[in-house]
Amino acid sequence: MLTNRRDVLKRSALIAGLMLESLGYIKSAGAYQQKAFDAKSVLELYKSLGLSMPTESKLITLTTPEIAENGAVVQVAANTSIANISRWIFMVEKNPVPLIATFNITEDITPAITLRCKFAQTSDLIAVAQLSDGKVFYAKREVKVTLGGCGG
Amino acid sequence: MSDPMRIRLQSQAGLTTVKVLMSHEMESGQRRDEDGKIVPIWNIQDVSASLNGRVVMTAEWGGGVSKNPFLQFVIKGTKSGDKVSISWRDSRGDSRTDEALVA
Repeated sequence: MLTNRRDVLKRSALIAGLMLESLGYIKSAGAYQQKAFDAKSVLELYKSLGLSMPTESKLITLTTPEIAENGAVVQVAANTSIANISRWIFMVEKNPVPLIATFNITEDITPAITLRCKFAQTSDLIAVAQLSDGKVFYAKREVKVTLGGCGG
Repeated sequence: MSDPMRIRLQSQAGLTTVKVLMSHEMESGQRRDEDGKIVPIWNIQDVSASLNGRVVMTAEWGGGVSKNPFLQFVIKGTKSGDKVSISWRDSRGDSRTDEALVA
């Protein structure tokens, strides 16, 4: 029961916050793949991006530090000699939100992409290459993190 | 209005390496403040790069990209005087576009 004024105020502030949040969600739900960024596991993520299970490929090269002292800033790079790549999907397997970024690759750029991302804990970086014919390949590489980059 | 991006271009034999440093908080939506409340997510969601006005790369980012994001990629078939422009839009609807010329 909400008996005193303080509780009522707290509750209405919470409701107002929820309403704002849902408005923000509607605003950002255009082309942006909110669902993929809500996925909590790699499997869920593949499903929400409409990908088939990727096969591991030696033709994808990942450059990551072996040990990252600060998980908040980890520089990772992906490149591949596979032709006709149309999209990169970068994920950190054990992050609360595994999807980091997707890059649409046109023929005007090379497949080499470098990005700094957050690691909540020691985890594999997984880079998935989607080809223009729909085939998907991946490579993964572990980064040991001594200080996490998400949360308190 | 947010701070300008720093864009550095290095060209060699028609390939231009683009290094971009953006100024953004990139709040992950996972962090809690002193009162234990989750700090709402605030991140760059869409990024696009173009060469002389033609889009060459687009990206979608989540809260897992580091604060003050660094991005590097390579544009093919560039020549001196070409204009590279980078744009981003964040989850609050703010956006920013900056440009640099190939040397």
